[in-house]
Amino acid sequence: MQKHALIILSGLTLGALAVFLVLMGNPGNYGVCIACMLRDITGALGLHRAPVVQYLRPEIIGLSLGATLTALATREFRTTGGSSPLIRFSLGFVGMIGMLVFLGCPVRTVLRLAGGDLNAGVGLVGLIIGIVTGTMFLKKGFSLGRATKISPANGIIFPLFILGLLAAALITPSFIFASKTGPGSLHAPLFLSLGAGAVIGVLAQRSRLCMAGGIRDAIFFKDYHLLYGFLAVFIAALAGNLLVGTFKLGFVGQPLAHTDGLWNFLGMLLAGLTAVLLGGCPLRQLVAASEGNTDAAVTVLGLIAGAAFAHNFGLAAGPKGVPPAGQVAVILGLLFTLGMGIAVCKFKVGGEVKNEKSRGCQGTVVS
Amino acid sequence: MKRVVDARGLSCPEPVLLTRQALQEQGIKEITVLVDNKVAVENVTRTAESLGCQVLVTEQNSDFILTLRMN
Repeated sequence: MQKHALIILSGLTLGALAVFLVLMGNPGNYGVCIACMLRDITGALGLHRAPVVQYLRPEIIGLSLGATLTALATREFRTTGGSSPLIRFSLGFVGMIGMLVFLGCPVRTVLRLAGGDLNAGVGLVGLIIGIVTGTMFLKKGFSLGRATKISPANGIIFPLFILGLLAAALITPSFIFASKTGPGSLHAPLFLSLGAGAVIGVLAQRSRLCMAGGIRDAIFFKDYHLLYGFLAVFIAALAGNLLVGTFKLGFVGQPLAHTDGLWNFLGMLLAGLTAVLLGGCPLRQLVAASEGNTDAAVTVLGLIAGAAFAHNFGLAAGPKGVPPAGQVAVILGLLFTLGMGIAVCKFKVGGEVKNEKSRGCQGTVVS
Repeated sequence: MKRVVDARGLSCPEPVLLTRQALQEQGIKEITVLVDNKVAVENVTRTAESLGCQVLVTEQNSDFILTLRMN
């Protein structure tokens, strides 16, 4: 169990901090949600104009900076890129639409469930089926190809973008949008959110916490390491919600949620499928982007573009349900992702297992 | 017989998937796995150890060479 200690600690910390952030002002079951928080940042930058979901969520800034500083300190900051960036952007884009139809990323799915929101249970079933579908593609040889080392100049762009967001959060210039009402107006104090995000970023970088990866590895390899993190988030958040009285069991009247089961299911199915094909959930993508992985950074840009599109074209769900355009978008997103899966499997670019031709591996391996 | 898995630059969980494929082949006593990041080192090591292998990790330039020996 000792080798799982860090991932369990990371999960417990994330779950506990999520409840704490709600107590300090964040919306219900919204202590941490990578998808929704990126959506709020997208709105704060004016890339969508939904007035109720615009705020430069400091949790994302802290998380990314925490991960970057930890990667630098442990010499794990490596600038890589070139692994199907446009497919990654597109999968991030459609995955975000799925998550905004459900109203949450895999992290918030667990947090919603730990708050008693049973709609998230329906979403979780969709997430698991999406992950199982994604693993079938992996078994068939799905690979987005090799990333290679590229100029470090590429790797510093994403941290610079995050530093820009930090400056904007601190200075609050007039061109940054901030909701006056609605979920975007509800938030914990800036430095608490920033600090909590940084703690999560440090731990997520060290432990490689990945919610979709936890389910994938458990099903695919019977490897429960990452799943322990997933379960730890649930246990800490459940205990925290029970302790502070924010646990409310049921389907109706849940915070930032709707009761349309079919679209909760399909939205998260799309999220799970895209997460597996991308190699990790939005949390993992954000951490990897902060470590110099420019393919993950492109994925995060895809998530941001997807959020902008979802709100500019009325695709995102609200408490009343999912608009017809959002339903069509999820179906199109699923068809696109399945099509990409099939197309990529037909054109195999992944790794290979070779017989060694001579002793020692240097110079004998085709790279 | 010895096999080499070149998983450098591949996304999670492809290095683990390729390693498992190689380990499942009959008559394999030793596998060399090449990866280029710590996450893959940890994942492949965890998988190999759970399948009863001894794992030796060496760093070469900025790549990692994992030698997996079946017990």
